[in-house]
Amino acid sequence: MEAKKGRYGLYGGQYIPETLIPAIQEVEKAYDTYKNDVAFQLELKNLMENYAGRPSLLYYAKKMTKDLGGAKIYLKREDLNHTGSHKINNVLGQVLLAKKMGKRRVIAETGAGQHGVATATAAALMGLECEIFMGKEDTDRQVLNCYRMELLGAKVHPVTTGTMTLKDAVNETMREWASRMDDTLYVLGSVMGPHPFPMIVRDFQKVIGEEIKEQLMKLEGKLPDAVIACVGGGSNAMGSFYEFIPDTEVRLIGCEAAGLGVDNPKNAATIANGTIGIFHGMKSLFCQDEYGQIAPVYSISAGLDYPGIGPEHANLHDTGRAEYVPITDEEAVEAFEYLSRIEGIIPAIESAHAVAYAKKIASKFQKDQIIVITISGRGDKDVAAIARYRGVEIFD
Amino acid sequence: MARISVAFEHRKAFIAFITGGDPDIETTEALIPQMAAAGADIIAIGIPFSDPIAEGIVIQQADERALRAGTTTDKLLDMVKRVRKKVTIPLVFMTYINPVFTYGTKHFFEKCAECGIDGVVIPDVPFEEREEVNGACVAAGIELITMIAPTSRERIDMISRYANGFLYCMSPLGVPEVRSKTIADLKEMINHIKEVSNIPCAISFGITTPEQAQEIATVSDGTIVGSAIVQLIAQNGKNCIEPVCQYVRKMKEAVASA
Repeated sequence: MEAKKGRYGLYGGQYIPETLIPAIQEVEKAYDTYKNDVAFQLELKNLMENYAGRPSLLYYAKKMTKDLGGAKIYLKREDLNHTGSHKINNVLGQVLLAKKMGKRRVIAETGAGQHGVATATAAALMGLECEIFMGKEDTDRQVLNCYRMELLGAKVHPVTTGTMTLKDAVNETMREWASRMDDTLYVLGSVMGPHPFPMIVRDFQKVIGEEIKEQLMKLEGKLPDAVIACVGGGSNAMGSFYEFIPDTEVRLIGCEAAGLGVDNPKNAATIANGTIGIFHGMKSLFCQDEYGQIAPVYSISAGLDYPGIGPEHANLHDTGRAEYVPITDEEAVEAFEYLSRIEGIIPAIESAHAVAYAKKIASKFQKDQIIVITISGRGDKDVAAIARYRGVEIFD
Repeated sequence: MARISVAFEHRKAFIAFITGGDPDIETTEALIPQMAAAGADIIAIGIPFSDPIAEGIVIQQADERALRAGTTTDKLLDMVKRVRKKVTIPLVFMTYINPVFTYGTKHFFEKCAECGIDGVVIPDVPFEEREEVNGACVAAGIELITMIAPTSRERIDMISRYANGFLYCMSPLGVPEVRSKTIADLKEMINHIKEVSNIPCAISFGITTPEQAQEIATVSDGTIVGSAIVQLIAQNGKNCIEPVCQYVRKMKEAVASA
């Protein structure tokens, strides 16, 4: 699948300033050692099972299946993990790696705060210092998550440069890493950035798809017909898809954030609207103007509010192995409310993008066919935003 | 295109950086010949980028001002073409890979050559990814200027051996109490480079004062000053030409006396 030096077809690479190259190469080398190290893998497995709560449930959504009147719907419940999302899978791996590398401190970017909270959690558990960079727009919108990170012992830096959102938080974390790399590891939150991050994050997230396959084999004795997940940078989708890439009969569908619509400037649908570029260390697809200036993007979901997509997704799109579809704010909010009422599960607004697409296509499937939707996180963090969207005044 | 090596002949070079189009294209266009007259040996013109991750807040804000003023790669190329008729010193573009790649890498370097650009610095193209641009650069006769960081250490040999134009050596900001050690480290780094290659080495140090510039010039072939000039432009806007030129004169004098 991947060629030398973190290439996925045309995409990937290591486009970072010289200052950071030694740090990146150190991570590459360390990961190369530990990915095949039995003791490391056992320690990680133990953390996954006894701290994060893996395996996560594969839940048969009976009422939803009946209501949609087509495929059998299963939900992969990453929302039930400790810290409430799939992000914990990656951070346990990376923070453990940081510890093995002898680092005393981890830094990370965060959008809505899920990855920041997960990193702060893993750092607290493993006794490392933790600093989180978060766009000022997001720290204002997610006051509660900021306080959560502080409770966990992390220092949160509001980023006031550029558009003051996720991409600027990534810029600032890279700058911070460049100025202090001897004792610090950058724990990147998605399958993006310079090699080896897209590979490392995918490897730590691929447990999602491996579990889906095993659990469904037990429950139904067959593969799913489609796996649907939301895509911002794309870590939960890559984690869900990876195991199924060789199983070409399984449709892999990524749902990206179309905000107010793909034709409206306020969207974050990179596959639908992006063009090839090189940014944040990787060649991939980006929302940008004709001169390569990165576009400000928008989505109701802060976790999908990113102007790029991981390089392996860009390649899965090019090769046609995975499909990518845009979902608007309105469709996502409807799906958020729908899943809450019909199954008593409040999904993250990010995950609701995947639910929305399943709602659209389920009836086109036969009754013996199976759709698995990855519920990447829980929606508690979004309740205030959904209320705002619906014009309901609450005090959060 | 030997203008760059000529700039280092028999003298320590003073390299001045400005963000192109900050506060607007007209000011940049007026500024370049004046800075050359004030003694700048090479002028580096930043093509503004929305997300300049290799630079600090001062340059990022300059990029934001330039972009808000409507600066584009094409407008800067046109401006350079006009300015080229007035100045003979080397002009170098400094930008990020995305504006180059999106413009069309081959097309970009051809236009650079046509407009009179001598070299290009792209901080987010490290040695390992140089193939992304090197072929197009060589074909157009543009020198690809590479960077060396304090962290480069064992990479210095490899980078120096393939370097063109001059080496852009980055240095940590001078914290007062470690200054003398930093100078010693820089000296060691330059010595290391000189063992491998006779390419001129210019140091970017977060330099602001003539004294610092002189000190740096004693251990290198030139000094690069960016933020301090950009700061003057930020403070004075369209009226920046006089204060910037005064500053360039002072700095050039200090560097030349090293």
